[in-house]
Amino acid sequence: MLTSVTLTHYLIVSGILFSLGIFGVITRRNAILVLMGIELILNSANINFIAFSRYGGMNLDGQAVAIFVIILAAAEAAVALAIVLNIYQRFNTVNVDDISRMKE
Amino acid sequence: MSLYDYTFYAFAAITLVSAGIVVFSRNIIYSAFSLLFTFFGVAGLYVLLNADFLAVTQLLIYVGGILILLLFGVMLTNKVVSVDIKTGTLQTVPATILISITAGTLCGIFYVTDWRVVTSLPEMNTTTYKLGEMLMTSYLLPFEIASVVLLVALIGAAIIARKEKVATK
Repeated sequence: MLTSVTLTHYLIVSGILFSLGIFGVITRRNAILVLMGIELILNSANINFIAFSRYGGMNLDGQAVAIFVIILAAAEAAVALAIVLNIYQRFNTVNVDDISRMKE
Repeated sequence: MSLYDYTFYAFAAITLVSAGIVVFSRNIIYSAFSLLFTFFGVAGLYVLLNADFLAVTQLLIYVGGILILLLFGVMLTNKVVSVDIKTGTLQTVPATILISITAGTLCGIFYVTDWRVVTSLPEMNTTTYKLGEMLMTSYLLPFEIASVVLLVALIGAAIIARKEKVATK
């Protein structure tokens, strides 16, 4: 289907990106790689928003939503990395399957 | 196939291949640097979708901020010098099956569904001015809430991550 690029092409790219992100989240042991998977998922969602914003006749509303997604992703990354660093100080590991208690 | 199409396929390939490296690489440093190229590829897709302001924002915030933050996380939580930085995986086989099903279902739905695509695409204009106007008018409340959320998140991150003083007994 090497035709002219349409909405479907962007949606398929974002669908594959979303699946790769989910794969990273559920298979990796390192908490930071889980965070990277979450970033991939958020990026795929953003591609969808912007693709629909262009092809779906939504003008710029989709892009405005994408801006808020980026803002929340930044806040989420900062807080999650702070939590990961704190976990590393207490448990000396960041493997998500080794950490089964809230407190040392 | 026009130049637009070739550019799209190039950026899509960059995005997906480097995202694959992020997910499948054993070395966490390789993952982190592949994530850089994934973000670049996504920014290129944004440009093709007439979102120039968002592409620049993507480069500034994701590549400049979040990726550096993630790299700091990698450096601070792995003994880079002494111990290897390879990381294990869990339940690869069921995850692969699940992900294949998910990706197949999503792509099938995307391909089959008759999206209500507008017939005449709006021409490519710069979006920065209009986005700024929208943030100050119809999206004013979410904009202000987002600023408060960023402030709270930064303060909270600083408090959570600071080194606990060792309790002297």
